[in-house]
Amino acid sequence: MKQDYTFLIGGEAGQGLQTIGAVLAKALARQGLHIFAYQDYHSRVRGGHNFYQVRAASFPVGSHLDEVTMLVALDEETIKIHGHRVGEGGVVLYDSEEMPSQEGLANSLPVPLKELGKTYGGQGVMGNSAAAGAVWQLLGGEPAALDETLRDTFSGKGDKVAEANVKAARGGMEYAKKHFQSTCPCRLERLLSPPRMLLTGNDAVALGALAAGCQFIGAYPMSPASSVFTTMGRQVGRLPLVFEQAEDEISAIHMALGAAFAGVRSMVATSGGGFALMVEGLSLAGCSETPLVLFLGQRPGPATGLATRTEQGDLLFALHAGHGEFPRAVLAPGNAGEAFWLTVKAFNLAEKYQVPVFVLSDQYLADAAYTVEPFGLDRVLVDRGEILAEKEFGPGYRRHRLTESGISPRAFPGRGEGTVATSGNEHDEEGYPTEKADLRRKMTEKRLGKARFLAAAIAPPSFYGPQNPQKVLLTWGSGLGACREAAEHLNAGGEKVGVVHMTELWPFPAADVELALAGAEEVIAVEMNATGQLGRLLRQETGIKPKAAILKYDGRAMNGAYVVKELARGGVNPW
Amino acid sequence: MVEADRFHTARPKTWCPGCGNHQILEVLKETLARLDYHPHQVLLVSGIGQAAKTSQYIRTNTFNVLHGRTLPVATGAKLVNPRLKVLALGGDGDGYAEGGNHIIHAARRNVEVTYMIHNNQIYGLTKGQLSPTTDLGSPTTSYHTPSSTRPLNPLRFLLGIGASFVARGFAGSREQLGDILEKALKHRGFACIDILQPCVVFNRVNTSKWYRERVYDVNEEGHSPDDLAGAFRLAGEWGERIGTGIFYAEERETLNDALLGRDAPPLVERKPEPRDVAPLMKEYL
Repeated sequence: MKQDYTFLIGGEAGQGLQTIGAVLAKALARQGLHIFAYQDYHSRVRGGHNFYQVRAASFPVGSHLDEVTMLVALDEETIKIHGHRVGEGGVVLYDSEEMPSQEGLANSLPVPLKELGKTYGGQGVMGNSAAAGAVWQLLGGEPAALDETLRDTFSGKGDKVAEANVKAARGGMEYAKKHFQSTCPCRLERLLSPPRMLLTGNDAVALGALAAGCQFIGAYPMSPASSVFTTMGRQVGRLPLVFEQAEDEISAIHMALGAAFAGVRSMVATSGGGFALMVEGLSLAGCSETPLVLFLGQRPGPATGLATRTEQGDLLFALHAGHGEFPRAVLAPGNAGEAFWLTVKAFNLAEKYQVPVFVLSDQYLADAAYTVEPFGLDRVLVDRGEILAEKEFGPGYRRHRLTESGISPRAFPGRGEGTVATSGNEHDEEGYPTEKADLRRKMTEKRLGKARFLAAAIAPPSFYGPQNPQKVLLTWGSGLGACREAAEHLNAGGEKVGVVHMTELWPFPAADVELALAGAEEVIAVEMNATGQLGRLLRQETGIKPKAAILKYDGRAMNGAYVVKELARGGVNPW
Repeated sequence: MVEADRFHTARPKTWCPGCGNHQILEVLKETLARLDYHPHQVLLVSGIGQAAKTSQYIRTNTFNVLHGRTLPVATGAKLVNPRLKVLALGGDGDGYAEGGNHIIHAARRNVEVTYMIHNNQIYGLTKGQLSPTTDLGSPTTSYHTPSSTRPLNPLRFLLGIGASFVARGFAGSREQLGDILEKALKHRGFACIDILQPCVVFNRVNTSKWYRERVYDVNEEGHSPDDLAGAFRLAGEWGERIGTGIFYAEERETLNDALLGRDAPPLVERKPEPRDVAPLMKEYL
């Protein structure tokens, strides 16, 4: 049986909707379903309309749907905003203590959440678990399975709290069983699947960085990047790494450069505004050839923009940031799995070619939770590039020695008898400032020459869809889920639509992209920005001009339905 | 001094004859040698400005960074390799203007870095502009009129933000500067030395003679470095008498102690290899 259900839990910040959503997502994942869950929240701690949307399906999913199978309303606002999204036969479960009766709504179930929480769990706040229990009952889920997820979720708060939540959930189940007479269109059918993790794009980046042996992360908190460093920071003591919260992003990137210069794998995590402050440090990384990984979780700008929302507006910024000319790499994962592996790759590229490497994400990918099979850690390789052994590192060492490849073997201060010098000033081979014209030219060529080798390490774009597609949706990063969903929908209706997804954007794999687009009658760039940045880049690097673009820049992520609708309208031309 | 030769480099100096930087450089070499440091054990992080050129004229590990950014770079390096003797060095513009925020937080963290601020109260490299420490009424090339903004009092600033070692030296008092630097290098924590330094070209007010007529040693006159209130009082002097010496020193937990534990093995000594994140992955199942 094909299962594809969407649960939307809405309410004010602070009402605990995230707990309900996370518990349901995890419980459903453990039933073998594929999950895509994401949050929509305001930049505030209390109040405002927030929601958590969980899509559970019998097939892999990478984006959200508009139609809701079950709406869980913790406040009336949720029904006003999302009520129309409930599909035919869908169910509305609402907190009857928070709003007047919604009797007029078909298939609606009023649940006194606080009362249930108090009666069964001992506290009104346990009403959240009662809500999860009621949903679980309507789905026909195995009670013990939800119990187990609740126990794991609340284990950090002690057995007593965990058991109280289990009881509250059981109370919710009982209530739904007794009071809900209609049928629910979603019947949960357990699938035999390998165990899967439920993790966000940011979790995957953190795991990738840790697995790759990152030992220093410097950051200043900023949505949607912060969970990368909080997740990594929790491992301090368990794994050999250190996190320091800097006074600002300028300091964060310079600390990371200091750590990298001293000899460890090092990274920063930020969003557009924070990255704007880091830009001078990026240029210093380029000049001093200090390896660095920059996690850039995009959100809508300019300036503070929409702090908790999504956009892919900083591709060209990441590509061009920094005064002067120096090489870099830009990687942009499309889902949590890619986020892990590309983060591992980012560290290897950074150290091997001694360049800054971006992992470009956005709020949608950063905060969305995906089901992924545990990563095969035996496939994680650490390639630090050329490093002198301690014995070889003696007096006369030249940090920026001119070599055929442009890559000079590294050595680290205090890790041998020699000394290391480098500088943000143009420098000689030893690393000391120079004004000599000839050396300046050679050093520029050395640095930029590395890009050739870096380019060879860049993977071609991925292609999804039929052979010889008539239309190709060209997208990057988190656009993957929406484009694949759209293509599958259209192809089911007899069209021939392919998806070319770019995850490794710079150095631009021009020949590979040309090959991937060859034969397509129409190339449509699909991006979450207003100016069609990948489309511009494509034209700059290959001369190919997409026929049109499908863009979205209202801060809310696009999905498959949006792409289908806009494609039918012919798209736009931002160029 | 023979041992100081180990820090010698042949690079020609581009400072003006008579510039205080020459003396500070020699004191730095002598003191590192006296404490038996070798070049490979020392990391000197320098900023931008005439003072920051010091790192080109002494043989140590060095990262010559951007204007004002010495302390974050030094902090990152010290965190991952506490065996390095880490110094940060720059002028009054580098520290008190461009890098001011970083000083506050280096003090809060008490990162074990010796921070030398060559304070000549003027911008030398860019030719005579206003510095955060330029005296009221001094001529600068920034404005057509004499300086009309009140200068920063570096010592009160450093004491106020809780730096665990605060001292002032004078480039012309070599022996005393060496003593101060020695104590700073031995200090477990963030050690700041504001070093008064004449600029023979652009600062015609605070000349070598001007300083010599005013400086005295506060410790010789009985000031004890554990007397914070006394330190604040003495830091207020800037006129007939200008105190030098160690104004304040206290031992407290360093950044490395707090984040990694005292005597934790340096992170740079851990074998670079893939880390086992399997236990962490289990938490997501």
